[in-house]
Amino acid sequence: MGEMEQMKKEAEGLKTQIEAARKAVNDTDMASAAAGVAPAPRVQLKTRRTLKGHLAKIYAMHWCTDNRLMVSASQDGKLLIWDSHSGNKVNAVPLKSSWVMTCAYAPSGNLVASGGLDNMCTVYNLKTPVIKTVKELDAHAGYLSCCRFLSDNEILTASGDTTCALWDLETGKQTTVFLSHVGDCMCLALSPDNNSFISGACDSLAKLWDIRDGQCKQTFLGHTSDINAISFLPSGNAVVTGSDDCTCKMYDLRADQEVICYQDAALNSGVTSLALSMSGRLVFAGYDDFNCNIWDSLKGEKVGVLSGHDNRVSCTGVPADGMCVCTGSWDSFLKIWN
Amino acid sequence: MSNNSASGVISLQKTVKQLRFEAGLRRIKVSQAAVDLKTFCLQNAQKDPLLMGVPSSDNPFRPPKSCALF
Repeated sequence: MGEMEQMKKEAEGLKTQIEAARKAVNDTDMASAAAGVAPAPRVQLKTRRTLKGHLAKIYAMHWCTDNRLMVSASQDGKLLIWDSHSGNKVNAVPLKSSWVMTCAYAPSGNLVASGGLDNMCTVYNLKTPVIKTVKELDAHAGYLSCCRFLSDNEILTASGDTTCALWDLETGKQTTVFLSHVGDCMCLALSPDNNSFISGACDSLAKLWDIRDGQCKQTFLGHTSDINAISFLPSGNAVVTGSDDCTCKMYDLRADQEVICYQDAALNSGVTSLALSMSGRLVFAGYDDFNCNIWDSLKGEKVGVLSGHDNRVSCTGVPADGMCVCTGSWDSFLKIWN
Repeated sequence: MSNNSASGVISLQKTVKQLRFEAGLRRIKVSQAAVDLKTFCLQNAQKDPLLMGVPSSDNPFRPPKSCALF
């Protein structure tokens, strides 16, 4: 038992050391540093498309890299592939399990994936004459909360079993398991250079991982509840998180700490989803209160709101060309705004 | 009982190892990080359609002007 006590002491000492090191470089905050920057224009976006077709709550959506197609997942037991320009449904994928929580489009546009309370990530090929299930990735001991393709051969998953995993799609096996979170993993995002990814969990921590060696490189503190949404800034040097504590935060990777918090005393709904505009200046955050608030990422001010859904906004996404923002809701609709 | 303490020790060992790794990180000043973040956002602002607005002629989501066919 002496060994345990010693290690606990060392752990506490290291935590204090890390906190002190962060404080030592904390010579300002983002909002103060951006005081001289012209405010972002008042952002007034209009609904350009309302995509109707799902029969139950929408839980996830993801843009294809062609900036036109997108996939959405609903607990009506379907994935729908939409042509956002025409508003038409291009494909419907019936799911074995209707308890879906996430979906993803492969960068090639050939594959989509989904998963949820079945604890599995199922990968489908959209390019075969009839849509086929390519693989069922089954090794997580908890629900699948998020998945993202690196390529047609590799996919990353985040799970309620507190782990994330990298899978080989040829063998259907886990190549690497990422262990460190002590709460359900709720979201993940790939770095722009694809060498690392960031995860958010119910332990209120965000963690940066090296994809190849499985090492947790950094841990970000500050949130006081589950982190439900996470995204890299396009520069790759910062990440934005959204939490049940009703705030979003930006963490800078090189300063290893929170640099700004997006919050408002009037806001007391949890953040469910978020997406960034192409320059990283705007943060689109979906909330439980049916709205999507738009934040100036540098100044921390609210610069707009997307109102129109009749229930919780559960997912948001901006395509690679930054032309619009899509919101998906428990009201069963997806809306495209610009 | 002994199983619990064995896994407890292993778990704590992992925690300490991870903390040692994170303690060794080199950190830059927040002021420097802020400058770089500002620079990136401002440099890319002109290319950001949601920030700058999309002219209707270039907007793939704008309903097309109606053409009357006689």
